[in-house]
Amino acid sequence: MRPLRLLLLALAVASLILPLGAQTPIKVGEYASLTGKEASFGQSSHEGIVLAFEEIDAAGGVLGRPIELITEDNQTQPGQSATAVKKLIARDRVIALLGEVSSGRSLEAAPIAQAYKIPMIAPAATNPQVTRVGNYIFRVCFIDPFQGTVMARFALQDLKARRVAILSSVSNAYSVGLAKFFRETFRSAGGEITAEPKYSEGDKDFRAQLTAIKAAGADAVYVPGYYTEAALIVRQGRELGLTMPFIGGDGWVADELLQIGGPALNGCYYSTHFSPENRDPAVQAFVKKFRARWSGANPDAFAALGYDAAYVLVDAIRRAGTTDGPALRAALARTRDFAGVTGATTIDANRNASKPAAIIAIRDGRLAFLKTVAPAP
Amino acid sequence: MTEFLQQLLNGLSLGAIYALIALGYTMVYGVLRFINFAHSDVFMVGAYIGYYAGQHLPVGTLGGGLLVLLAAMAGCSLLGMAIERLAYRRLRGAPTLNVLITAIGVSLFLESAGQAVFGAAPRTFPMVFPVRNLRFAGLAVSSNQLVVIAVAILLMIALQLIVFRTRIGTAMRAVSLNPRAAQLVGVNLNVVISFTFGLGSALAGAGGVLYALNYPSIDPLMGVMPGMKAFVAAVLGGVGNIPGAALGGLILGTVETFVNGSQWSTYKDAIAFAILIGILLFRPAGLLGRAVPEKV
Repeated sequence: MRPLRLLLLALAVASLILPLGAQTPIKVGEYASLTGKEASFGQSSHEGIVLAFEEIDAAGGVLGRPIELITEDNQTQPGQSATAVKKLIARDRVIALLGEVSSGRSLEAAPIAQAYKIPMIAPAATNPQVTRVGNYIFRVCFIDPFQGTVMARFALQDLKARRVAILSSVSNAYSVGLAKFFRETFRSAGGEITAEPKYSEGDKDFRAQLTAIKAAGADAVYVPGYYTEAALIVRQGRELGLTMPFIGGDGWVADELLQIGGPALNGCYYSTHFSPENRDPAVQAFVKKFRARWSGANPDAFAALGYDAAYVLVDAIRRAGTTDGPALRAALARTRDFAGVTGATTIDANRNASKPAAIIAIRDGRLAFLKTVAPAP
Repeated sequence: MTEFLQQLLNGLSLGAIYALIALGYTMVYGVLRFINFAHSDVFMVGAYIGYYAGQHLPVGTLGGGLLVLLAAMAGCSLLGMAIERLAYRRLRGAPTLNVLITAIGVSLFLESAGQAVFGAAPRTFPMVFPVRNLRFAGLAVSSNQLVVIAVAILLMIALQLIVFRTRIGTAMRAVSLNPRAAQLVGVNLNVVISFTFGLGSALAGAGGVLYALNYPSIDPLMGVMPGMKAFVAAVLGGVGNIPGAALGGLILGTVETFVNGSQWSTYKDAIAFAILIGILLFRPAGLLGRAVPEKV
């Protein structure tokens, strides 16, 4: 009897120790808008991140350890990102943070990551303020001064628009910033801004602003907002008889844009980070893997940026040889020409990446890749 | 001038929806003296019933559209009566504050349940009525906007007839005046209150479908902002007063639209609420409300 008991005890102890003996996973935190008004953003970046970490784990992990992704949903609600990030840092003890697509929500989380010296990589927050929060905050996408310039030039040169109206949000950091950079470039290049009405987050009626734009007259309307509003704006604009092109930024990237906007969106354009139609073999390989993993859906810009953000993080952990905050931060800051699916990532002195922008045209209810604009030197 | 008329039209179609929701707030307040904060979420459920009904009915025709509208109204009136029966009836004699907190609880419950059941991502509402964009004399109006205004007016007339021309309407007014006295003369309080909730919620359901027709992106939190605006509209018109709620809704919708179309669009909500404060300073009972001395 006694030897059997001993054996059982040994087995029990072994079962406790063995998983510890096998390498403990590296915990990476992700906060994203998986539900709520901008759920498409969070779901896309999440799918990209999950795909990247699954590939990395299948290839043996990082520093011989697997990666454990801990995801928190901020429900697209103001205030929730700060709570989620505090929980990820204090309770889950993550070594780095990935998030967010929205600049406003990234700005909520960034001061906390900075205070705890936990490196944070925003996949797609394009407002310049985000990385100014501190030296632990990085991003793998271009910033709005570039995106606004690209669309202002596009309106002038490609659409031959001399008179443009801007319809932007009152309070959304992304929308306010993008409107500002567009306005500056467009005016300095000789264009005229005819009207600049505003809307509040969560508004659904834009007829008043659009009627004012119609009265002021414009060759194009710039709508630097998110897809929920943009789709309704274009739709109501068409109902009111506005036939000019509406143009926007990467906030338009979501399947819901076409579902809600329907045929009204034909003849509209937006700037973004990535197009699955890009013939680059690296992009096509990623599209193929993504479709296989996520039941045939094409990756959008945020899925691609999520994927790249995850790989940039893993690359930095490898080069640092540790998951220690300061060392990891230094390694991230030294990222040079890291080849990703949204172009080569080089982290500059302000912890931003400069990357090309893609311009997408909407024709016959479909997205068509128009052209790529190289980053400013 | 064209711009002015166009904005007026825009404002009226927005105000008509605020008015429909405001009627529900005002009716419940008139009978029970408390604000049913769950009302704005019944509005949201109305839009979702319309969404699901739209997938099973021949939409895009006038008849199909009306069926969708009726389905939403019927579904919401059942929901409203169920809320009253399960949550508020037990608190009939309790202090108003308890009922108010319960109402907020029911509201949060419906919002969270909505996110769990329908999903939190916005959905595209089907075009249940045939859509046509009409133009005359430089004005652009979609047939949906006209449907909203027409249905809202018809429902308000029907409501006025029910309240002033039927036995149950008389009973509602009696309960509103003095519940105990109404009971003494043989009015069945439970029936009247149930009916009030059913009627108010049916209007919210219709409002939900009409709102979704005009702004075809629906989500479980879609009721929050219109609900708050409608509550303001009800207070503006004189809470407890049915024509007042309609007037308040129209005023709020029109003011908001004109501010939005001006260069001060940044201050839209601030101006709308400043007007509310201004009116309440001079007419504390609202535009059409009668100041009733508090009975001690």
